[in-house]
Amino acid sequence: MSSKTSRRLLTGTALALSATLGLTACGGSQNPSEAAAEGGELTIWAWEPTLDAVVDAYEAEHPEVKIDLVNVGTGNDQYTALQNAISAGSGGPDLAQIEYFAMGQFELGESLAELNEFGADQLASQFATGPWEGMSTDGSVYGLPMDSGPMAMFYNQSLFEKHNIQVPKTWEEYAAAARKLHQADPKAYMVNDTGDAGFITSLIWQAGGKPFNTQGTEVGIDLADEGSKKVAELWQPLLDDELVAPIASWSDQWYQGLGDGTIASLVTGAWMPANLESGVPDGSGDWRVAPMPQWEDGTMATAENGGSGLSIMENSEKAALAYDFLQFATVGEGADLRIEQGAFPATTKDLEDEKFLNRKFDYFGGQQINKVLSESSASVIEGWSYLPFQAYANSIFNDTVGKAYIGDTTLGDGLAGWQDDLKGYATDQGFTAK
Amino acid sequence: MALTTLRPAAARSRGTLHTPGRPKRSLLLTIVTGIVLVYSLIPLIWLLINSTKSQGDLFSTFGLWFGSEFNFFENLARALSYDDGIFLRWLGNTLLYVVAGAGGATLLAVLGGYALAKFDFPGKKAVFAVVIGAVAVPGTALAVPTFWMFSSMSLTDTPWAIIIPSLISPFGLYLMWSFAKEAIPADLMEAARIDGASELRTFWQVCLPLLAPGTVTVLLFTMVATWNNYFLPLIMLRDPDWFPLTLGLNQWNSQAATAGGEAIFDLVLMGSLLTIIPLIIAFLFLQRYWQSGLSAGGVKE
Repeated sequence: MSSKTSRRLLTGTALALSATLGLTACGGSQNPSEAAAEGGELTIWAWEPTLDAVVDAYEAEHPEVKIDLVNVGTGNDQYTALQNAISAGSGGPDLAQIEYFAMGQFELGESLAELNEFGADQLASQFATGPWEGMSTDGSVYGLPMDSGPMAMFYNQSLFEKHNIQVPKTWEEYAAAARKLHQADPKAYMVNDTGDAGFITSLIWQAGGKPFNTQGTEVGIDLADEGSKKVAELWQPLLDDELVAPIASWSDQWYQGLGDGTIASLVTGAWMPANLESGVPDGSGDWRVAPMPQWEDGTMATAENGGSGLSIMENSEKAALAYDFLQFATVGEGADLRIEQGAFPATTKDLEDEKFLNRKFDYFGGQQINKVLSESSASVIEGWSYLPFQAYANSIFNDTVGKAYIGDTTLGDGLAGWQDDLKGYATDQGFTAK
Repeated sequence: MALTTLRPAAARSRGTLHTPGRPKRSLLLTIVTGIVLVYSLIPLIWLLINSTKSQGDLFSTFGLWFGSEFNFFENLARALSYDDGIFLRWLGNTLLYVVAGAGGATLLAVLGGYALAKFDFPGKKAVFAVVIGAVAVPGTALAVPTFWMFSSMSLTDTPWAIIIPSLISPFGLYLMWSFAKEAIPADLMEAARIDGASELRTFWQVCLPLLAPGTVTVLLFTMVATWNNYFLPLIMLRDPDWFPLTLGLNQWNSQAATAGGEAIFDLVLMGSLLTIIPLIIAFLFLQRYWQSGLSAGGVKE
């Protein structure tokens, strides 16, 4: 508690100090819109393709600002680069794209600027709960959400029709459909999975589990809670009966499988349409979107998977200017530009916007998929949190849980092993693990 | 004399007896080389065919034949313009690393090899031992120590971090050394000296032309090594503006691996094709020097 306050005090002092230094050094303003008018240069590290248009639009509006948008790599590659730049103390960006699950790592390292002083905490009502909780901790905001990933089921309708399979509403029906499909066509699988931490944690989230909770330096890890158990019990029979395609997500084989009918469905985040359109153009017209399968018939509870926000780095000397861009890109015109290009919004205004909801997607046979996805966004279970070292945790997922996928052990045992590893790591890192 | 008496015998049993100038044909060898040829050409053919496909066709049509559309030129245009034409920047970087790195390495190897072959000085044996030892150490194993060294000099994430380590080619030095030993007759150098040429002029006008085949060989070696270098740039560079093609292509490839990332396998394939073409051209042009360079000194005259 006291360390928290002193940390906040310290950050505040540091910010104030850098602000005064900035003022004396180059006359930089501490007010975002003034800083934008004065101009300057910003460096952004991000891999999101839709940000290109946002940068162009911002530069057109602010001729004095020059933005260097750099793709230093995707996901973990970028976090490694970012971590290196932070420890080197130079060469880093002013703004960086960070996925929600990885935020804890950078917050904990005190690498991100706290944005409350710019009034970011007052934007809470503008964002969907899941993404907002991803970018903030205990009332401190460390970035603004760019997109969100409320989960839904994407499925190959022509394949379903061919084998006379009904769209499953519950996980029970989903498992039955997986069985039926694979029996009808031994080459086709309802789902692919080779052990993906992001997917399993999202399922636990939807099942009501809360395996991770962090308070200060205390980390609670319970991968045998009710939700985790439900997921292990659901998935284990599918693995036992070899109903899960042994294809790793995001591999070229995966893209191929989505195109040629080997993989019939994906339960994943709402950003998937853009990935399907660019990665599997031949599937156009075949795919549809349905609500995520439920644990109980008639309810509606979902989880988030993926999605990212933009954060300002603590050692950026242009925090005010960076914040002006950040606002533009997440709640301003930039957000609209990104949605137009297929990004799924995190802003409630857009999620409820009629134009957005009624948009028809040719790829999905003219379906108004945003209605399904937006409904999912409103049904995300609140109160989920990731570990402060989730990126590392995910990277060691396959050492333990991964074994369940090749038949050596069960998912339940795998999760228990993962829990042991994580507690060990937490202790090594100076946390108190419970 | 002895040859002429043997000739009739050879003529009688042609095809079974090995005669110089008319190599024996072997079915087994033909098959083995055939397999090797297919093995080494199929990936290349696959690459050529698939660079004509769209992202959709890549995954829905047979790998070793063309897809429903011929997208070669479209892919080419897109690969060159994607992300503000970053591919051209990467190509330029690679050329810079090859010209400065491989060129410099060749120059140093020629100078060093010549000196070691033709001059005596104390400690020559020790230098020899170090060079031979260095040949055995793979560059990849030195990448991390090199990183720490460059990091403490604040040279990481700059082109220097790629160029400077590329300048050292122990194998090139060793090759030039043994080549210079055989290719430059000591008498010729003596004659030049007697005629009053300075050491520099002797090297430049008399010896360097004789060293040309060896120089080309070393140049090819270092060029290929620098062009294909992956691990060193991977750990040295963070700024994609300084990436060589190898790293850039990998970045494009991994782009498909996340939410919100754009899958551009079609551009990765086109980029790969563009990346290997310059090397193939260099080989075709320099091949004859390379062959004569490798065999030099192999036969005692």
